[in-house]
Parts: sequence; C-alpha cells; structure tokens
Amino acid sequence: MTFGSSLKMKIFVHDATGSHCERRGNCVLSMRVRTRSGNINMLTRRKWIAASTGTLMLGALGSARGADSSPSANAPDDVLIALPGKKPLIKRSFRPPNFETPLADLRSRFTANEAFFVRYHLAVIPEIDARTWRLRVGGPSTARPLVLSLDDLKRGFERISLAAINQCSGNRRSLFTPRVPGVQWGNGAMGHATWSGVRLRDVLRRCGVLTDALEVVLDGADGAVLPQTPDFQKSLPIERALDENTLIAFEMNGRPLPHFNGAPARLIVPGWTATYWVKHLTDIRVQPQPFDGFWMKGAYRIPTGAFPGARFTSQETPETTPITQILVNSLVTAPSPDARLAHNRPAQLCGWAWDGGTGISAVDISMDGGVNWRGAALDKDLGRFAWRGFRYALDTSRPGPLAIRVRATSRGGEQQPEKLTVNPGGYHDNKILSLALEVA
Amino acid sequence: MRRAAVWAALGAYAALASNGVAAGEEIIQLIDAPGRELTAASCVTCHSLDYIPMNAPLMSRGSWEKTVHKMIDKFGAPIRPEDIDQILAYLTANYAG
Repeated sequence: MTFGSSLKMKIFVHDATGSHCERRGNCVLSMRVRTRSGNINMLTRRKWIAASTGTLMLGALGSARGADSSPSANAPDDVLIALPGKKPLIKRSFRPPNFETPLADLRSRFTANEAFFVRYHLAVIPEIDARTWRLRVGGPSTARPLVLSLDDLKRGFERISLAAINQCSGNRRSLFTPRVPGVQWGNGAMGHATWSGVRLRDVLRRCGVLTDALEVVLDGADGAVLPQTPDFQKSLPIERALDENTLIAFEMNGRPLPHFNGAPARLIVPGWTATYWVKHLTDIRVQPQPFDGFWMKGAYRIPTGAFPGARFTSQETPETTPITQILVNSLVTAPSPDARLAHNRPAQLCGWAWDGGTGISAVDISMDGGVNWRGAALDKDLGRFAWRGFRYALDTSRPGPLAIRVRATSRGGEQQPEKLTVNPGGYHDNKILSLALEVA
Repeated sequence: MRRAAVWAALGAYAALASNGVAAGEEIIQLIDAPGRELTAASCVTCHSLDYIPMNAPLMSRGSWEKTVHKMIDKFGAPIRPEDIDQILAYLTANYAG
C-alpha cells in the first residue's frame, strides 16, 4: 500500500500558548502540521521529529507491521491521524476510534478540545442532532420518569463548571511490565478540561429518587455493529451519582462537546476514571439492584483490595471489584524524553500532578535514584479534581547523564509507589517516574 | 477470489461505519500468509484490523486463543467453530511476540 505516498506537508513551529512551562533556555517547542490543502493528515512520530526543517515527503506507510507493531509509549512509528474536528493524534485503532493525545498537546494547562484523546469500545457512533436529542431519565427507583431536551437541561437546572482530569483506566498500559493485552496506550489517554453542565443530582431529584435506589445505570448512543455484542453501559453507586460534582456536561473548555468526546452531553465523574464518563448520553436509569451488564461485571475490574480508592460494594466480589478513583500520579511534559540539555544553560523540568479528588500537596524530585528528594515549585491550585503544574530547575553545570525521579503526593496522603501493582487489565500505572536526560 | 471477498467485507463494513469514523482504515494490511482472508473477514466486522498488530508483541498462541474465544463468547463474533484453528494458526505464525 502506498497510501499518501506523495503527500507533501508543511511543517511550522509555533508558540504553544497557554503552557505553564516557560519557553526559555532548554524548553521545547511544539509543532503543528498542516497539508497545503488545509487537511491535517498522518505522519509517523519519527517523521514528525525529523520534519522540523521544513517540507517533508510522507513516505509509504508500509505494511501493518511497519506501521503498527511498535506500540510502546514513545514508539518512533506512532502514526498521527486527524479525525474530523480533531488535530493529528496518535492512532491506536481506527474502528472503534482510539486516538491518543501527543505529549506536545499535554503541555497546556487545559487540553485543547481538538487535541483531547478519543476512546470508544464499540464502532457505531451516530452523529447526533442536538436539537432532536433527548435524555430519558427514570427507572424503577424513581417516582416519575422525565424526558429532557438539551434546552430543558440548560434552562431548567443550575449551571456548574469545574476543572477535572479525564483519564482512561488503561492510560500507560503499554508501559506495563509484563505487557498486558488491550489498547496499547502511552501517556496520552488523558486530558484536563473545564466541564460545564448540570448536576446529575439535580436531574435525578426531579424524578424523585426512591429510598431503595442502589445504582444509576448510564447508556449512550454509541453501540455495537452486531446486536449480540454487549452495549456499552456503566453504573455508578447511588451515592456517587448524587455527589454534587457528578455532572451531565454539554460543554468542554467553554465550547460544545466535540462529537468524539461525547456530544451533545456526557457524564462527568470527577476523580473517577473515564470509563464512567459515558458519552452521547441517552438513558439514565435508577434501580434497586446491581447492574449486571458486561462492562461492569466483565471489564474494568481490579483485584479486590489491591488499590486505594473508593469502593463500589454492590459490584464487588471477593476476587475483583470495579476500578473507581484515579490514583495519585504525575507526568513530565518538558524536557521531552529524548532531549539533550545544553551545558550551563537554564533548564526546567515541568509537568503535571493529579489524583482522584483530594488535590496535590507536593511533587518531589530526586537526582540520586530516590535517596534524597527536593520539592518542586507548584503552580496555583485550580481545584481538587484539576491537575497541578510543577516546575523544578535542573542543574546543568556538569556534563553527563541526569537520572531524574518524580513523585507526587496527594492531600489525602497517597504517594506514587516505587513499583507497579500488576493486574490483568493493565490499569492504574502510577509508579514513580524515572527519566534519563543528558547534559552535553 | 478470496481477496475480492475480503475487500467486499471491508466495503460492507466501511458502509456500516459510514459516518467517517473509519476513514483511512484501508491502510491496515495483514501479513500475506495462509489464513489471512479468513482472519480478516472474521475480525473486521466489529473492529479495524490494527488491533491485531497493536497487540502482536505480547501475544502467544495461548493468549490468541483466549482472545478469539472472548470475541466469540463475550462479544458474539460470528466465527464458525471449524474456522478457529486456522485463525489461531495464522495469528500465532504472524502476530505473536
């Protein structure tokens, strides 16, 4: 196949606006790629990096092996492709679409809507007309069912906005040792945005929640090709559904939700992994018994008691329990992993730290393999569900290797661990970060 | 003939996913070896074929067997029992670590 073999692309360097990391000294610029026709297309990471001088010829993408057999986080053969309405993202799978945000797009305080990662389980994803869309809310544990239009939601309930991390349960799965099957995500199955909408609690209360309510089941418009494939439906414990921070959101960063991020409305469960953030919401059902769908009973489960975080007792067995809260974690956004720092030039280590809803109290850096730790400077606090920027001046006075470790601590007292807790789903990789940089 | 059948299947499912989601999917070509057409036709109904090379480095015959049976038992993949061996042989020979 020689798809796109003669495509010419213009590469140009621009200022990454809104970044928390100052652009001076050794900091890294990000790049944006456009074709002459204005369509954003695909190129491999290696070509992306090699392309900084001007125009490149996009070569043949090669066989499936050539294009796709290196799934690790910073694989040189990562293919960048733009979905409609999106900028080029790292393609993990075409259908259902699973696209990861490149590191360069995780440098800004809020992840741009067009750069935000895309994750689907099932391949049929209808385009929804927001004018005719309806949300049905009811179920056996409510007094009266409701059908709401988008206008009903916007006009009938208090509007709430909050900043929150949206992180896939399987983020960093490709970094697992031993390797675990599944979508081979690197660091970019996550993003940070301001979400605006209404409280799920306010909507449920209008239906009259009965005292026997146990779980709230959420269904979206996306579905499977075959009728026998389990539809993607999730449930929440009633307490979490009634939490004041659980939202039905219709805006992301002040704009309507992008199609591929759940238009016209999706669930926001701040502090919990993105599997609960059901997109293209159509049905909300309150019920007195545990929901027994495949995506609760057969997927997104972790060994019972293996991790900290909220329990989902109505779905728990002695062996396994649903994944719930995001664990304390961090990400280095600059310097880039392959950077060489100039001797005696200022260099800053920058990144983000976050957790499942208590906020970040410290990010510590070690330059000696974890014996001594020093605190990084923290950016302002945008709320307990937001990520928090950190900065640390690197010592470039001696040429040679720099072995850096990064460890975040939450206000709840959780700290990134030394080692991964291995689990079959490849979830919750929050081990202390290790980076190898070079001063030359 | 068999290749034509695969492209017909791809066409049919491209039509199913006609909202543009799968644009570009045709660049994914599985390794040309015995069993390719059967494997492609069995998988491409529900998902693009890039799932296969994406997981190849960490797969063995045992893990492919588990995966194929998960697709049949949990997701309802319409794969005939008599075809399973040939699909597993193809995946193990071409997409295992």
